[in-house]
Amino acid sequence: MDLSRRGFFKIMGATGAGLAATGQSAAAWESRAPEEAYGCLVDLTRCIGCRKCEQACQTVNGLPQPDQSFDDLTVLDRKRRPDDKSYTVVNRYYSGKIDERDQLMPTFVKIQCMHCQDPACASACIVGALTKKENGAVHYDAGKCIGCRYCMVACPFEIPAYEYHNPLTPRVMKCTFCYERVAEEGKLPGCAQICPVEAITFGKRTDLLALGHQRIKGNPGRYIDHIYGEKEVGGTSWMYISDRPFEELGFIQVPEKPLPQLAETIQHSLFSYLWSPIVLFGMLSGVMLGFRDKGDRRANDEGDKP
Amino acid sequence: MSHSPSPMRAKFWTPGVVTLAFLMTAGAVAIVARYIGGIGYVTNLTNARPWGLWIGVDVASGVALAAGGFTTAFLAHILSRHYYEPVVRPALLTAMLGYTFVVIGLLVDIGRSWAIWKPLVYWNPNSVLFEVAMCVMFYLNVLYLEFVPIVVAQYKGRVSLPGPLAALNAPLEGLLKVADVITGKLMWVFIIAGVVLSCMHQSSLGSLMLIAPTKLHPLWYTPILPLLFLTSAIAVGFPMVVFETTLVTSSLKLDPEMHILSPLTRFTVFLLGLYLALKIGDMGVRGTYVYLLDGTAQTNSFLVELILGVIVPWVMLLLPRVRQSRRGLFIACALIVGGVLLNRVNVFVVGYRPPISEANYAPALPEILITVGLIAGLMFLYRFLVTYLPVLNRPKQEVSA
Repeated sequence: MDLSRRGFFKIMGATGAGLAATGQSAAAWESRAPEEAYGCLVDLTRCIGCRKCEQACQTVNGLPQPDQSFDDLTVLDRKRRPDDKSYTVVNRYYSGKIDERDQLMPTFVKIQCMHCQDPACASACIVGALTKKENGAVHYDAGKCIGCRYCMVACPFEIPAYEYHNPLTPRVMKCTFCYERVAEEGKLPGCAQICPVEAITFGKRTDLLALGHQRIKGNPGRYIDHIYGEKEVGGTSWMYISDRPFEELGFIQVPEKPLPQLAETIQHSLFSYLWSPIVLFGMLSGVMLGFRDKGDRRANDEGDKP
Repeated sequence: MSHSPSPMRAKFWTPGVVTLAFLMTAGAVAIVARYIGGIGYVTNLTNARPWGLWIGVDVASGVALAAGGFTTAFLAHILSRHYYEPVVRPALLTAMLGYTFVVIGLLVDIGRSWAIWKPLVYWNPNSVLFEVAMCVMFYLNVLYLEFVPIVVAQYKGRVSLPGPLAALNAPLEGLLKVADVITGKLMWVFIIAGVVLSCMHQSSLGSLMLIAPTKLHPLWYTPILPLLFLTSAIAVGFPMVVFETTLVTSSLKLDPEMHILSPLTRFTVFLLGLYLALKIGDMGVRGTYVYLLDGTAQTNSFLVELILGVIVPWVMLLLPRVRQSRRGLFIACALIVGGVLLNRVNVFVVGYRPPISEANYAPALPEILITVGLIAGLMFLYRFLVTYLPVLNRPKQEVSA
């Protein structure tokens, strides 16, 4: 319990160094979005709900066979979410659109990981098992994962799924953006390649944005003037254009600010170079030294006698 | 106010302890089931609700309610208010066991328990959870180091293992001597480090949810959530000491220590008042009071947390009559402890609303058994350690009664 004078000055010196570092630590948060990210533009007016993309995804990624065949369109009768056995699913929405015979017309929506430009999951991941790659993919490395599932908490789109029934080596399961196929084999993602109606366009994210805006402008009245994913959570690699309002098709409203910004700003302004713990340590050492043998002077009048 | 901690040497296998052992066994069976069938086999966790009872209670509340350790250390050893010395050891023991069980709870909850060491190798400094994990790991070690002198006091110069183990007597004795010297010289570092590490991760536990603005109910989602977590942890420190001291002294028929507990809660009036002011001010600034009467489960849980868990006990503690009554003080402090526990559960479970699937969650039976079993294990070990180590104050005249 001995605090020597020399030890105390050492600590105060470190405190000063810590304070000096605060100037830098206050730097504003910056997006780490890759500039050359690839992405996919999904044109919901084109999708016919054939589920070929689901099938291609299952084949390409070696996922288990589903209980119901991919040709069985009755699965569309209920809303599904991607899970640990399927990285992508197509849902059918009747949003009130009618054809010339007054029949309700469906809109089909393919769901998968959005591959955010500044992914909340990657910021949250305790070990950095999730990373945003230069080509746009949000990549998962099971070899680092400890299974804390904070990525699932962080993801605004409720995408990462978990192998809850694997007792020892469960994995987080989500769309890989066919990372190896795209990066090493120069191919398209399985779903984009198979789509028979070209509802999914693969390309540079910047090109896709231009294409999306061009389609919206070039077909007046056909599209809602909104590319979902252009600004959502700071931008995503997967983007959608639609003829129906997105909120009628299961798309949720999310902030335009990248989600990691607030937590990372707080963390880095407090803990860069560990300045605040060092300052606090110094201050407490000072208090401890100052109060040594003094604190109890008042001990005898700790009122409230029972 | 002579302070002479000593082993209790009371009868160990009381009916209460047998009950604890029974609950621990049930929890252990559920843990075995978890490692056979997976997390999905024993819990109601889903892809939309990846965190449940274990994170809300075992981890988040466990950390918050262990705050008595660093708050009493600050008071008695940094501010040198040695008057409060008698509650420091029990609070330290609670904190040490609390964090130990936080780690055990985490081991059960994470999918790959065997990979828990990986954050030491793979760092993600952007991750709030990474910082929390590092602090918890260091702090747990600090707590063990702070506990060393208690072991040394009991066994130094008295190590005598039976039979063939006697050969180990001399080395163990040497180890205790070294430990005594090192912890004696460096204890001030451990004490201050304990406070610093606590401030860091108590607040960062609140930052954890800042990455999910669309999921956490606005009554709790605020940029000052880390500050609220820190102030509530500091505020619950002394009430937790009162709560457990009252339970322990009743159970072991010891001096109720009211002469220490009563003045201790005068600090709580200020600390809890600060937390209350921050919480209400935050609600006013962000205008979230509009939700207060909408009757949803979230809002009702918030109201219980705020009124029963903060306002009522705060008003109670304002009254000297309550502070001097053992029963009144215990009720007020139990409410505060319950309020902080409910706050953590609210932030991580009740207030968490997945916006797309809107999935509901209630813990499954084995999930509850594991949480209850861990708490029972903590109490069992506490009882065991105070029986054989000098933690609590020697019983006074009540012995003959």
